[in-house]
Amino acid sequence: MELRSNAPTGPIETRWERHKADIKLVNPANKRKYEIIVVGTGLAGGAGAASLADLGYKVKAFCYQDSARRAHSIAAQGGINAAKNYQGDGDSIYRLFYDTVKGGDFRARESNVYRLAQVSVDIIDQCVALGVPFAREYGGLLANRSFGGAQVSRTFYARGQTGQQLLLGAYSHLSRTIAEGKVELRTRCEMIDLIVEDNRARGIVTRDLVTGKIEAHLADAVVLATGGYGNVFYLSTNAKGCNATAIWRAHRRGAFFANPCFTQIHPTCIPQAGVYQSKLTLMSESLRNDGRVWVPRKKEDCTRDPASIPERDRYYYLEEKYPAFGNLMPRDIASRQAKFVCDQGLGVGPEINGVRRGVYLDFADAIKRDGKQAIADRYGNLFDMYQRITGEDPYRVPMRIYPATHYTMGGLWVDYNLMSNIPGLFVAGEANFSDHGANRLGASALMQGLADGFFILPYVIGNYLAQAGKSKTTESSAAVTTTLREAQTRFRKLIEIGQKGSRTVDDFHRKLGTLIWDHCGMARNPSGLKSALGQIPELREEFYRDVKITGSGEELNRELEKAGRVADFFELGELMCRDALERDESCGCHFREDHQADGECVRDDEHFAHVAAWEWCGQGPEARDGNHKQHREALSFEYVKMAQRSYK
Amino acid sequence: MAETIDLKLHVWRQKGPSDPGKFEDYSQYAKGISTHASFLEFLDVVNERLVLANQEPIVFDHDCREGICGMCGIVINGEPHGPQKATTTCQLHMRTFRNGEELWVEPWRAAAFPVIRDLSVDRSAFDRIIQAGGYITARAGAAPDANAIPIPKRLADEAMDAATCIGCGACVAACPNASASLFMAAKIGHLNTLPQGQAERDKRTLAMVAQHEREGFGACSNHYLCEAACPKEISVQWIARMNRDLLKAAMTYKPEPQRAGGDG
Repeated sequence: MELRSNAPTGPIETRWERHKADIKLVNPANKRKYEIIVVGTGLAGGAGAASLADLGYKVKAFCYQDSARRAHSIAAQGGINAAKNYQGDGDSIYRLFYDTVKGGDFRARESNVYRLAQVSVDIIDQCVALGVPFAREYGGLLANRSFGGAQVSRTFYARGQTGQQLLLGAYSHLSRTIAEGKVELRTRCEMIDLIVEDNRARGIVTRDLVTGKIEAHLADAVVLATGGYGNVFYLSTNAKGCNATAIWRAHRRGAFFANPCFTQIHPTCIPQAGVYQSKLTLMSESLRNDGRVWVPRKKEDCTRDPASIPERDRYYYLEEKYPAFGNLMPRDIASRQAKFVCDQGLGVGPEINGVRRGVYLDFADAIKRDGKQAIADRYGNLFDMYQRITGEDPYRVPMRIYPATHYTMGGLWVDYNLMSNIPGLFVAGEANFSDHGANRLGASALMQGLADGFFILPYVIGNYLAQAGKSKTTESSAAVTTTLREAQTRFRKLIEIGQKGSRTVDDFHRKLGTLIWDHCGMARNPSGLKSALGQIPELREEFYRDVKITGSGEELNRELEKAGRVADFFELGELMCRDALERDESCGCHFREDHQADGECVRDDEHFAHVAAWEWCGQGPEARDGNHKQHREALSFEYVKMAQRSYK
Repeated sequence: MAETIDLKLHVWRQKGPSDPGKFEDYSQYAKGISTHASFLEFLDVVNERLVLANQEPIVFDHDCREGICGMCGIVINGEPHGPQKATTTCQLHMRTFRNGEELWVEPWRAAAFPVIRDLSVDRSAFDRIIQAGGYITARAGAAPDANAIPIPKRLADEAMDAATCIGCGACVAACPNASASLFMAAKIGHLNTLPQGQAERDKRTLAMVAQHEREGFGACSNHYLCEAACPKEISVQWIARMNRDLLKAAMTYKPEPQRAGGDG
C-alpha cells in the first residue's frame, strides 16, 4: 500500500495557507449534527475538544483520570517554544523549522514541521488570552529563555511549571465548553478498542473504570490524543497511568504504527533507588550548566564517600571525551556515555540487579566559584526536590543522576491532515509520529500538543466531515457488536487467567521493561535486539498463563486495568525491537552500536530516509515475519540540507 | 543504603459510597519497607503482597507521582498528605517515619467528596466549580498578540502564585467545615488578578461561589488549616481577596440582557 502524506507542494511558506484555502467547510447549521469523539484531555485532546466544540460540533471527550486537569502534559517543566522573535535575536519561523528538522536528525516530514513553526506564534497569543501566567519582564512584556542548546531565546515559561499552566489553560477552556453543553466529558473511562466499519473509524469501546461497564460510543470522527508509550519500559518519567492501549488497539484495527523505535531518553533523572521504584523523576537539564559529571576511575571507589576520592581518581568522562562541549553535550550523547561508564562497572549509588546505575553531578566547584547562595538562587527548587526524594543534600554531597525514558517520537502514522490511514481516525500530540523525527528538541512537546489541538484539528476534521458525511453506523451494526464482544471477551479472559495465576501484573511489567530497556533503550545492537525478540514472546506467553489478578471485571479493579495495558505493551515492545533491528542505521535517539563514529550516530540516508509504518497482520498469512508488515513513506528534504551532526 | 522499617499500618477500607467502611490492620504486610520508597511506593509494596495473599489491594488515586497532577491525596495520621510541609503524598518518603511507627491511613473526608472505594474519592465537585466560571472566554484564533497588553511582572507573579494550585483537595480535607474556599479562591484570584480576566470578573466570582455552595462545601471560618495542608503553600490571603471581589460583585453586577434573536 502506498503511503501518501497528502502534504501540499510548492513553496513551503504558503503550504498551510493554501491548504486551508482548499479545505472543504461544513455549514455552521450542519456542524451540530456531527459528533466527534476525543480520547485524552492533555494539551492536544483538551485544546482540540474545546476548539471543535466552539466551532459547533458535538464533542464527547474521555480521560482515564478523575479529571481532565490531570493529564500528563501537566508535568512538563521547562517551557514552550514559539518563533515570536520577541527578543530580536534573529529567530524566525524558518529558524525554528530548521532547528526542528535538524534536531530530529532528518527523519521528520518537512511540511508538517514548517506548519508547526508557523502556528507556534498563535499558540502563545491564545494561551495569554486564556490567562496563562507566563513569566514577564519588569516592563510587562513576555520573558523568554534559551533552552536545550538553542542559539536563540524562544522558550516561553511559567516558572518550572509551564506544562501545568498550559494544561490548566486548556482545561479551563474545555470546562467552559462543558458548561455550555457542547462537550460531554467522561472521566475515569478508558478506551479499549476502536470501531471500524467500511474502512472508516466509527467509534470506540470504553471500559468505565469505576463500574467496569464496557460500552460502545459512536461518532462521525475519532481523535486519539492519548500521549506516548514510554511506560513500555516500566520505569519512565511518565505518569503511572500513561499507556498505549488506545493507539495500540487502533493499530490492531488497521492504523499503521510509525517509527516505534524512536524513543527519547532524558539524561538528568534521579536514579532508581530500589526494585520497588515505581517511576523516575526528571530534573531540569539546566543543572548541567554548573554541575560537573563524573564517576570514579577505579571500581573499588564506587562505594566510597565521593568527597574522599582525590581529583586524580575522578573520571570527568564528558569533559575528557568532548572538550569543546563538555557537560553540555546533547541529551542523547550525554545519556549514552552515562550508560557506557555504568556498564563498565564505574557507576555509583545502590546496586540493583548487580549494577550500580548512577553518575555524579557535582556542584562543589560551582559553589566554590560562585558561592552557595548563587547556586541556590539558580537551582534551589531542584535541589529541594532532589533532597525530598533521595534524602541527600546536594549542596554537600554530589547529586546522583541517570538517564530515563521520557518521550516517544514514534506513534500512529498520520498524513498532513493528522489523519491515520483509517479515514476518520485522527491522531494528535505525542500519540502521533509526525513532527519530531528521530529526536525531539526541548520545549517542543507542549508546542506540538497545542498546535494540533487549537490550530490544526479544527480545520482538518471539518475537511474530512464535509466529504465523508454522516456515519450510518448504528448500535446494532455488526462492527459495533463484534468489537464490543471482542473487548468483553478479552477482559473476561484476563480475569479467568488471573484467578489461577501466581505472579502480579507489576512483576511482569517490570520484567518486560527491563528487557526492552536493556536491548532497545539507549543503545541497541542486532544481537541484543534479536535476543529480546526471542524473549518477549516467551514472557508474554507466561503472562497469559500465570498472571494473577484479584477481583472481578464488573467493578473498580486496578489490577485488571494494569493487566490490559501491560498485555498491549508486550506487543508494542516487540514491534519496537523489530523496528530497531530493521532500521539498520543510527539516527537521533535510535543509536545502533554497529553504526557509530566514536559514540555518534552514523545515518544511512540512502536506505533509511523514510518513515517505517507498520501494519498489524495478526497471525494471518500476510505476515512475512511475525505479526507485522512494513510500509514506507519516503522523506525528501527540499529546504534543510541533510548534514551529519558533529560535536567534536 | 538499604535501611528498612516495619510499620503498624491501619488502612480505611470501604467498598463504595454507601458502605460504612472500617480500618483494617495490615501491619503484617508493612514490614521491611525501604526508607527510600515514597509513601505510594510503600502502598504499592503492601498491595503486591495483598494480591499474592489473595486479598483485594487497597484502592488509592495517583498518577504523575511527581507532585504536580494533584490526583493523589491521603490523610495520614490525621494530616492531609501526611506530616511533611509543602509535600504531596507521592513526594512523601518513608524516611519521614520511624521503625515501628503506627500509621492511620484514610481518604479525604467531606460530604462533597463521596468515597468511591477505600482511599479514592470523587472530586468532580471541583470540576463543576471551575465549569461555573473558572475560565476566560477566548476562542482559538481570536486572540490579539501576546504582547499587546503588558502585564506588570508583580501581577503576573501574583497570578502565578495562585495558579499553582493542583486541585488535590487537601484544603477541603483539612478544613473543619470541609470548605473548598482556598481551592476556589486560588482560581478566582489567578484570573481576577490578570487584565485578561477583568471582563468576566464579577460574573465569575458570583457563579463559582454559588456553585461551591450547591456542592455542599462549608463556609470559611478562618481556621487557616487549608494553608497549612496545601502542598503548594497557597496563601489564605486569596480567600480574603475573593471575599472582597464577592462583596463588590454582589453590589454592582448586572447580568447582560438576554436578547432573543438578532438585531437585524
